[in-house]
Order: sequence, then structure tokens, then C-alpha cells
Amino acid sequence: MSGTHAHTVPYVAETHYPAEPAPVSTTGPIAWLRENLFSSWLNAAITLICLAFILWIVPGILDWAVFKSVWHAKSLSECREIIVQTYGEGTTGACWAVIHERLGQLLYGFYPVDQRWRPDVTLLLLITAMIPLLFQTMRPLVVVMAALIGVKILIAAYLAVTENTLGSLFGPTTIVAIVIGGLAYFFGDTHHRTRWLVFTIVFPILAYFLLWGGIILEPIPSSRFGGFLLTMVIGVTGIAGSLPLGILLALGRQSKLPILRLICVTFIEFIRGVPLITLLFVASTLLNYFLPPGTNFDLILRVLIMVTLFASAYMAEVIRGGLAALPKGQYEASDTLGLTYWQGMRLIILPQALKISIPGIVNTFIGLFKDTTLVAVIGLLDPLGLTNPIRSDANWNGIVWELYGFIAFLFFVCCWGMSRYSMYLETRLRAADRR
Amino acid sequence: MANVAHTDPTETTPGPMTVSEEVAIDIVDLNKWYGEFHVLKNINLTVNKGERIVVCGPSGSGKSTLIRCINALEKHQKGSITVDGTQLTSDLKKIDEIRKDVGMVFQHFNLFPHLTILENCTLAPIWVKKMPKREANEVAMRYLTRVKIPEQANKYPGQLSGGQQQRVAIARALCMNPHVMLFDEPTSALDPEMIKEVLDVMVDLAQTGMTMICVTHEMGFARQVANRVVFMDQGQIVESNAPEPFFTNPQHERTQLFLSQILAH
Repeated sequence: MSGTHAHTVPYVAETHYPAEPAPVSTTGPIAWLRENLFSSWLNAAITLICLAFILWIVPGILDWAVFKSVWHAKSLSECREIIVQTYGEGTTGACWAVIHERLGQLLYGFYPVDQRWRPDVTLLLLITAMIPLLFQTMRPLVVVMAALIGVKILIAAYLAVTENTLGSLFGPTTIVAIVIGGLAYFFGDTHHRTRWLVFTIVFPILAYFLLWGGIILEPIPSSRFGGFLLTMVIGVTGIAGSLPLGILLALGRQSKLPILRLICVTFIEFIRGVPLITLLFVASTLLNYFLPPGTNFDLILRVLIMVTLFASAYMAEVIRGGLAALPKGQYEASDTLGLTYWQGMRLIILPQALKISIPGIVNTFIGLFKDTTLVAVIGLLDPLGLTNPIRSDANWNGIVWELYGFIAFLFFVCCWGMSRYSMYLETRLRAADRR
Repeated sequence: MANVAHTDPTETTPGPMTVSEEVAIDIVDLNKWYGEFHVLKNINLTVNKGERIVVCGPSGSGKSTLIRCINALEKHQKGSITVDGTQLTSDLKKIDEIRKDVGMVFQHFNLFPHLTILENCTLAPIWVKKMPKREANEVAMRYLTRVKIPEQANKYPGQLSGGQQQRVAIARALCMNPHVMLFDEPTSALDPEMIKEVLDVMVDLAQTGMTMICVTHEMGFARQVANRVVFMDQGQIVESNAPEPFFTNPQHERTQLFLSQILAH
């Protein structure tokens, strides 16, 4: 007997149905299209309208930004002449020549040209310091370094043909890249990870030495820092500092000790209640009044402290959300097993709370990274701060889209990278503990 | 209650189920308030080494709170609790000492979801007892074998059934080699089919002579392994007796009502 009479007569199953594949029309790309883009008339109409819009706008942008753009010119007017000569009267195109000419400034500010290998090397070391934190093995580092060397060889080949030089192929960055890439290739397994993490701990000192100089390197004053270098210094320090500080603040806010809790709550609420710009002004001007006369500590250092404190208050609240989301039983189980407070936090509570908080944490990171542009207000020349001097240059007077577009692109790449990494991390951690 | 006879009593030999004269836990005049609410009233309970106590009673009677006071998950305001000769005060060091000696199993297992089964079991021995990792692994595997799930050692808690998770929780507590085990309604969150596997492990544990205090509604379990059944209502101990007279001849009318309610179907 089959299941036909299941509801009409007393029924005992006699057959066991094997699993069958789903009907073809419900899987595969056609089914996907039908389900997601053309599921109803309204849906189909919207899909078509969107397609039309894309077809209308994308060629125009490509035309402006790529096909009718100019990379080599001395001024905006020269750019326009070239475009009119090549593509005829009335055509507009992007004048990327401004980026080409001012690239060094946009990236390094007024850092001496012959010393610019130092920020470059610092960046490589930064990547090296970050990889063991972000990934399980050092494979990604090998890929990054190999790609970098590859790009350098391509550029050198291009320069050898056009200008008969090899450019900076044998510069310090290449050597560092080869050394690090080689080390990562041979000692990149999981069980070497602790050693790489030791480097991560040493890195801040190394970075400070490389960027600001001292001992054997020519000292560079903070006033020469600018451009994307400044963004990275502030952003990375803020990110690296605000996470541990935020964790401590969040734990302090949950503490059973009333005074500690009061201090943390006051700090968090005060910092969150004040705009970052105010704090930056305090850092740049007011702080001088409070400090004993004659003390002169670096403006960038002051900004770094303010930005870190600012971000850590937000971070604390994000992490507190994660801590609150954990069931009470996790705290109790950790207590019951005799773990001390710090052991319980480090081994049981924080790994779970931080995992829950990843989207919020990365959100704060991204916010912080973009907020670094606010330092332009107190006269530091981050990329956005550099746009004004560039635009007031007689040669580039009137340029808008190209400059801001390029800066936006730089920020987008960094923020998008952070966002993608957080998604990757969430997937990886979810795969590790399926609930 | 359906689970009256989980293991055939004729199969299990009495074993070392003897109770020593030594006192494991001594609770004297224990009182506890949640704010203004008096949850525990003048509790006096002495548990000898090797004794197995089942605590039962209606919900809200304070039975969970009582055993949670024993390892200081809840603070008490009056009276004293002495575990293995150490009196429980607010001194954190003493609390940690006692917690090392007292294992606890919760209603909702409370396994650590980000660690494997094996890591769940070895974490406390490694960090609290400073046991070498290899040795901790061996101990953990021994207890996982005893609760009959050594093959799950490298899975994560989320991949196990409720009954399996609870057995891991028991193994995790045992890995610390405790002198006393507290069970806080260990089977209340489980399907009927899984209750049996957990109770079997607990019966097995009882036969090794472990001192146990179980808050449970499994009356079959109580009959089979308990030396004493303690009945609580409204924050006080109403009746306490050996299982046989407790079930067949309850003295207090509240106990009679409770037993008639739970044994009615």
C-alpha cells in the first residue's frame, strides 16, 4: 500500500521513500534568474528599468574616466586642450594628470622624497604584522609579496623600454619584500604563528623608528607628515589602540567594583557626548594651556591619543553589546570550573563576545578610518587637507572631480577591504562552531 | 513520570555505595534574600562523603538556589556553608578553592560553543590545575569514554544532541576530579529518549561513590540511587527522608500533595 489512503484509513508505512534530486526548473542559473529578477511582472519591469539605467550611465562614466582621460599634462588648461584636440570640440574627459603629478604629495605629504622608501617599508612591515592576526597561516603574505615583486618587475620592464632605467626595482622595498616573502614561504605554517606574532608586538617600535627616524635614520619632524601616510598612521594606530582599550572599558563598565564602573561609564559617556572635532581642537590648542610650560609634545602624537580615546569609547559600547548577548550560563560555567576572572574572560567570554561584535567592531574601524580626514580642520595635511593647496595652485585651479574621486577611491579600497575581511572572518568562525 | 526504572536494579551490583562518616558539605542556618524576597529560610543540611541527595520540590521553592549557593554562584546573607572543611566567605581565593572541588552540571548544559568537546573538557584542568596538555587530553578521553561519547571528542557542542551535550557537561565537570557533584535539573531540558542516557551516566557515577546533590524531578532516579530525598517548598526544607519511606509514607501534607501530583500520571 502506498501513502494514498493515509488520511482515510489506519495507516502503517510499508515503503521507505529514497531522497530524489530537486526538479531541474528549481535549480541552476535559469531558476535563479526567474526567482530573483523576473518573479512577477512588476519585478521584471524594475529589472528592465535598472538595466536600461546601467546601460545609459556606465558608458558615459567610462568615456569620461577612461577613454577620454588625460594622464600627462602640466596643467588643467593643457589637459582640456589635449582633449579638445584629440576628441573634438565640446568633449569632456578626466584630467588624471593632476594625480600623476601630485601623487607623491597625496601619498606622503611633505615627507622628503629621498626618504620615502621608509613609509613604503613600514607599510610592508605593517602587512607582515597584520597577517598573523588576520589569518591562520602566512600564505596570504607570500601572495602579497610575490604580487608586489611582480608588479615592480613589470614597472621596471616598462620603464626600461620607455625611459631606459630600471626605476626603483632594486630599492629597499624590493629587498624587504623578497626577504619577508621568502620567510613566509618557508616558515609560514600555523605552528610558526607565535613567532610572527612576536614581530607584530615589536612592529610599533620599528614603525616609529622608521617613520620618525633617529639613531642611523635621518629624523623627520611630524610637520612633514601628510597625505595618505598620515591617514594610515592615525587610522592604524587608532584601530590598534581602540580595540584593547575598548575591551578594557567594556569590562570595566560591567565590573562589580563601583568606582571602576563609575570611571568607565563617565569616560565613555563623556567621549561619546562630545564631537571628535572638539577633541581635536583640544588636542591642538587647549592642551598646551594645561601642560606645564615648555613641554612640547608632538601634534600628531596628541591627535593619535585623542582619536584612539574617541574610538575606544565607541568600541566599548559595541563590545558591551557582545558581552550582554552571551547567555549567563557561559559566565556561570566558567566560574564553576574554577577559572579566575581574567582566565574566564580571555578563554570563554571574550572569544564569543568579540565574535558576536565583529560587524559592530568593523563598523567602528571604518568610521574611525574615515574620521581621520577631520584632522584637516586643525591644519594637518591629510589627503583631504591637501586638496586646498593643490586646487589653489594656478595650474590646477578648477579641478574637482579627479582629486576628490581619487581620494574617495583610496578610502573606498581600504574600507571595502576591512568590510570584506570581516565577512570572511564571520564565515570562518561560523564554520568552526556550527550551533 | 515515565522514567521510573531506567536501569534494571538487578543488573547493577551495589558496589562501593557506602557512606562515610566524614562530612562533605555542612550547611547551617542558611538564609538568602533576593532583594526583599526571602528565597531560602533556615536551611540546615549535612551531606556526608559518598552520600547522594536528591532535592525536589515545586518550581520556585529555592532548590536550585540552594545548590547554587554551595559553589558561590549565589551569595547568601546569613548562615554558613562549609565544603570539605573550608568555610565559604566572600574571600575569592576560598571560593576558587571550593569551586575546584565542586563540579556542577546545569539544566542548559552551558558547554562552550566555540571549543571542541575535547577542549571543553581540558580547558579547566590545563588552566586551573596547570596540567600538561597531553595528560589533560588523556584524562578527558577517559571521562568521555565513561560517558560513552569518546568518538565525538573533536566535534563542537552545536553538532551534538542535547543528551550528548549533557553527558559532555558531566565529563567536563569530572575532569577537574571534584569531590562533590552538583546537578541542577540536568534532564529538564531533554527529550524523553535522551533523559535515559544522561540518567544512566549519573547512576554509573553514583556507584563510584561520588558525593552528589541532584535537583531533579526524576523520581525513579531518586528511588534508585539516593540515600536521602529532600523536599523543599517556599524556601524551606519541608521533609527529608530515605527514599523508601519518603515515597511510600510521606509525613508532611505538602509532601503528600506534591507526590500525589507528580505520581498521578
